[in-house]
Amino acid sequence: MGSISLEHVNKSFGDVQVIPDISLDIKDGEFVVFVGPSGCGKSTLLRLIAGLEDTSSGTILLDGVDMTDAPPARRGLAMVFQSYALYPHMSVRDNIAFPLKMAKLPKEVIDQKVDYAARTLNLSSYLDRRPRALSGGQRQRVAIGRAIVREPKAFLFDEPLSNLDAALRVNMRLEITELHQQLKTTMIYVTHDQVEAMTMADRIVVLNAGNVEQFGSPLDLYKKPANRFVAGFIGSPRMNFVDGAEAAKYDAHSIGVRPEHFVLTRIPAPGSWEGVVSVAEQLGSDTFLHVQVGEFGLMTIRTDGEETFSHGDDVYLTPDATRIYRFDADGKAL
Amino acid sequence: MATQQTNTLARVMMAPAVIVLLIWMIVPLVMTIWFSFQNYSLINPMMTGFAGWANYIYVIGDPSFTQALVNTLLLVGGVLIITVIGGTFIALLLDQPIWGQGILRILVISPFFVMPPVAALIWKNGFLHPGYGMFGHLFKMLGLQPVDWFAQYPLFSIIVIVAWQWLPFATLILLTALQSLSEEQREAAEMDGANAINRFWYIIMPHMARAITIVILIQTIFLLGIFAEIRVTTGGGPGYASTNIAFLVFRTGILSNDIGAGSAGGVVAVIIANIVAFFLMRAVGKNLDA
Repeated sequence: MGSISLEHVNKSFGDVQVIPDISLDIKDGEFVVFVGPSGCGKSTLLRLIAGLEDTSSGTILLDGVDMTDAPPARRGLAMVFQSYALYPHMSVRDNIAFPLKMAKLPKEVIDQKVDYAARTLNLSSYLDRRPRALSGGQRQRVAIGRAIVREPKAFLFDEPLSNLDAALRVNMRLEITELHQQLKTTMIYVTHDQVEAMTMADRIVVLNAGNVEQFGSPLDLYKKPANRFVAGFIGSPRMNFVDGAEAAKYDAHSIGVRPEHFVLTRIPAPGSWEGVVSVAEQLGSDTFLHVQVGEFGLMTIRTDGEETFSHGDDVYLTPDATRIYRFDADGKAL
Repeated sequence: MATQQTNTLARVMMAPAVIVLLIWMIVPLVMTIWFSFQNYSLINPMMTGFAGWANYIYVIGDPSFTQALVNTLLLVGGVLIITVIGGTFIALLLDQPIWGQGILRILVISPFFVMPPVAALIWKNGFLHPGYGMFGHLFKMLGLQPVDWFAQYPLFSIIVIVAWQWLPFATLILLTALQSLSEEQREAAEMDGANAINRFWYIIMPHMARAITIVILIQTIFLLGIFAEIRVTTGGGPGYASTNIAFLVFRTGILSNDIGAGSAGGVVAVIIANIVAFFLMRAVGKNLDA
């Protein structure tokens, strides 16, 4: 069991209000990702749930029990830190066994659980090494191992992949997702990387300046962003926004079109915008074109990698009329 | 940094410093060894010439030598125990966020800036004097008989004075070690269900092991040669009760004017220091391996 409820949680550091008022319901077994730009309060929110920070006001319920003022150890949650926070003077085995040792379990039970966790995470042959002698990905797995042996109500991940190189990050992303399917334990995962959020989450919480901008499934956020912030944050490359007269045509204060929702032609088409290619980023499968579109400024367009464009080419962009997002003056989606 | 030319250049540039240091060390050592084998007493200038092992037999054979050796080890050991345990404790306290932290830290460190004879005098007259020392007043206030510390507990009194001087050093080194412990590790231990005592024992202590080793090694080097505190307070007495090896060398060579025997004592002190260093490195040196 591991449902987590936040009710009107507020956190201030001195005069600085980091989280004004957040209410969230995370269901048992869900994989929820907190995503947002740096300084949006996502890590603070995770630490509030973990009990590493005191809540200024509001209530945190774990499985319906008020745990707002409970110390971290009593909450039954496990956390994986950004730096892994392995204990450098202990072997991998002792690192994984540490929470069990603190829980005063008998030695045989500890050994059994450590061996099981090590097998699950492919760490069996490293058990007697020190963390120093491990690679980044292995350290990451040890940190996860230390979390899973406790059989916690929920796992908390604080940007666990940000210290890994790109290829390893993709691997670990898959491993964590698989682990979730295997364990079916609630997981909360904090990241600033919207790709991680989209690929791993059952539901995503988009945070901005300590407020929940939207809470929903990845595709919900992609297809029906609640506001301009979410629309700009979710999706890669980010959505193009156009204000002013062009937006007024659609009866909105501003409109947004995703890079993948354009038709690109070399000759003018009805309703198309004229632009000049400034940079073409060729990825092989796709090409991202940065196009200077008159008064709208720089726009990013995604095309397939078949046709090549170069600097200075004239192109015409036709937005897919059914996939234009409209926003009012406050940035709310219409 | 690896070409032949830079290597040669580096050696040539470093040579003057190395040579000066070498002479600085070798000449006194060789002179001491030379004197230790000579009949050289200022009281009896007529007696000269090669003495063989006589000086060594005289110094080591004297009962005061055994006592001085025991005193040296007690002094070093006692001060180490007080400073390492006390330093850890004070460092843990100073690591807590409090108002006026900066000033407090400077105050705690300040005894280290007091030169040894001055520190010894402060203790001798200000604290431990049975007539007008603080402890004397305190005992009288409680209706107790004041203790004449230097007469009744001479070695203990000197251990207290030296520990007072070295406590700031231990505190400072251990505090910096404590502050270099990553906050995330502490938090991870907290999440793992470790209470304050377990966190101290399993996380903080192993982290500080290297710093404690450094404190022990550096302090031992200095504590083997404690002199000023003894000279100013007890003068090594009563009898030989507070005489360590360094002070014994002084008593033999300078007070008794026997340069030959004093030199022999000095050579023995160097050998003892090396033996202590050897066992110390065996015991705690592994903590220094990264």
